[in-house]
Amino acid sequence: MSSLTALKAIVRKDLILFLSDRRALLITLVLPILLGTFFGYLFGGSGVTKNARIDVGLVMIDDSDIGKNIAAGLKADKSISILELKLEEAQEQVRKGKLHAAIVIPAGFGAAAGAALFSSRDKPEITVYYDPSQNALLAVVKGLLTQQVMQTVSAEMFGGKTGMRFIEDSIKQSEQRAANDPDAAELNKFLQSLRRFQGRTQGSGAAANAASPTAQNVPQGLSMPFATREEAMSSGPKYNGYAHSFAGMSVQFILMMGIDAGIGILLARRMGLWSRLLAAPITTSTLLLARAISCALIAFGLLCCTFLFAVLVFEVKIAGSLPGFLGVGACFAVMTATFGLLIAAYGKTPEAARGLAVFATLLMVMLGGAWVPAFLFPQWLQTISLGLPTRWAVDGLDAMTWRGLDFSAAVPAMLVQLGFAALFGVIALRKFQRDQS
Amino acid sequence: MTEPLLKVTGLCKSYAGRIAVDGVSFTVASGQTLGLIGPNGAGKSTTVSMLCGLLKPDRGEIMLDGQAVNHGNSAAKHKIGLVPQELALYDELPARENLKLFGALYGLSGDLLKQRCQAALELVTLGDRADDKPSTFSGGMKRRLNIAAALLHDPQLLILDEPTVGVDPQSRNAIFDSLETLKRQGRSLIYTSHYMEEVERLADHIVIIDHGKVVANETPEELYRRLPSQAALSVELGDIEAASLDALLERVKSRPGVSAVNTVGNSLRIALGAADEALPMLEWLTAQGCRPRHFSTARTDLEEIFLTLTGHSLRD
Repeated sequence: MSSLTALKAIVRKDLILFLSDRRALLITLVLPILLGTFFGYLFGGSGVTKNARIDVGLVMIDDSDIGKNIAAGLKADKSISILELKLEEAQEQVRKGKLHAAIVIPAGFGAAAGAALFSSRDKPEITVYYDPSQNALLAVVKGLLTQQVMQTVSAEMFGGKTGMRFIEDSIKQSEQRAANDPDAAELNKFLQSLRRFQGRTQGSGAAANAASPTAQNVPQGLSMPFATREEAMSSGPKYNGYAHSFAGMSVQFILMMGIDAGIGILLARRMGLWSRLLAAPITTSTLLLARAISCALIAFGLLCCTFLFAVLVFEVKIAGSLPGFLGVGACFAVMTATFGLLIAAYGKTPEAARGLAVFATLLMVMLGGAWVPAFLFPQWLQTISLGLPTRWAVDGLDAMTWRGLDFSAAVPAMLVQLGFAALFGVIALRKFQRDQS
Repeated sequence: MTEPLLKVTGLCKSYAGRIAVDGVSFTVASGQTLGLIGPNGAGKSTTVSMLCGLLKPDRGEIMLDGQAVNHGNSAAKHKIGLVPQELALYDELPARENLKLFGALYGLSGDLLKQRCQAALELVTLGDRADDKPSTFSGGMKRRLNIAAALLHDPQLLILDEPTVGVDPQSRNAIFDSLETLKRQGRSLIYTSHYMEEVERLADHIVIIDHGKVVANETPEELYRRLPSQAALSVELGDIEAASLDALLERVKSRPGVSAVNTVGNSLRIALGAADEALPMLEWLTAQGCRPRHFSTARTDLEEIFLTLTGHSLRD
């Protein structure tokens, strides 16, 4: 009974001290909200904003129909924003980072590309300048360019005037070589067939175009042999980038608060307060338990307040299980509290302990996917990060918010948090008891 | 003969092979005030920590009212109030809340806790600042609140570890008034300090520790009797030739009751066996033709005894 009175008094004292420091309280609450808002906006916001377009420069040196059609196709693509420039301007803007990439269509590209379609020799080159800080976008630009070039060149070769001229020339050349070269004879047969096909498609195309003007828009060359249908897969109403960013930033700043709690114990030891408390008829474990309870209560309160803001302002929804969300939050709060005790147990001085603890925390937070989602990590790093409580906390909160999963999905995250809490708590208690003796 | 309230026997403690406390023994009777003094690093704080159950002795025994004091013995800890050397207060917690916390640590709650807090605040004359935070207090007020925090559970033995460090004379006096009130109430006190006059004012019994060992364990009167002189007479003489002064010095040394004499400039400093020998000495000097410009007498204090027992070398 006496121990319970003491325990309640210490918890009460910690809560009063925390709440009475208005400035620290404000900072503790405002920082995760500010950073959560920033990261949430970067990672797609609440799902209503359009994706940013890729800024690409286009240097058109080729004046063929093929070149013009490629340029028109690129300009029509909604995922990129094309700006026609001179070569030097394009290079300069990419160098300065104002453009993500620049495509150079060289002189004579149209004719050379048509010839290269039926021969692996003499392929014309399209130069793509890119910002080395935007490596990932290079692949996107190359993909879009490939699609446009293949579509345009093949359409021209199978139905355009350039294609007709090219086939007539090729038939003549193959006829001259056919006597000596069996392959040339076969190519000649193929080109004859292609000429007949072109004659038919041009006739039917003209008729179709006369019947329906929109038919002119149908590409006559090679087209992508598939179409995609995008559908976001989460049980929640829709993905909300703020849900993940607030989870990550809450985890980070709550751990920072845990560090402060641990440093508080070190300061209390330095100031003689710890000894004064232990001079009373309470045990070290009671004192540590009281500190852990107060720290966990504060941590849980901070998590709830931060998410309340996200819910009210950014329409973040606890689309999964509310008890699961609260459970993950509570278990993470307990883990944070014991993490603070661990810092207090092994910290030599408050100053040294703070530096080391902040570094360790930032590492845990970063690898735990609090800054950027863990699925962006290499596979080996994703596997390693499963050994961190932060990864489980962020994943657990994500599962209960935008993924909209049920309580069972929260259980592993809760158990892992409690496991770490038990581990940290036992280690810290033993160290304190060893120091005491 | 009644058992002492506190009985410390053969207390020993070492840190990494360095002996901090080496066979310390003493007793404190009920209602007695014990002065525990010693130079820096003598082992006082280690002894106090063991008395409070904060440190486990390597050897020896501490019995308080028939119960062994150790970290796990809550009953014994209930009987001890500790006023640590450091200001063990939460600066941003109002004074009353600080006291409520320390009272609750000893199991107090409800109206009893409120009453005890109020009584303790009034004892240390902080009743009107009960709702203010210690961060707004002067050093002396914090020291008084530090004492109040140790009184809430009505301990049988109050241990004060240098409770007046860094306070002005007025605050020190206020603290002493409070401690003398407690003493009159019959509470047992252990008082450690560097200020010998404080110990002299309060203590019924004095234990001097040096290098972890007890070098004196006596009443103040017994300690004074150890001294070769009980009083010091300083006499500033008028113009006097050096040769005459040396001759005078030799004659003073041969006088009965004089234990030591030396000169500082034109002044004679004479250690006397008893304070009432000062006046006859002055009359004798006048009879020798000396014309004192100024003279003063002082009782030899505990500091002299302390320095005699522990030496003059620095202990930093």
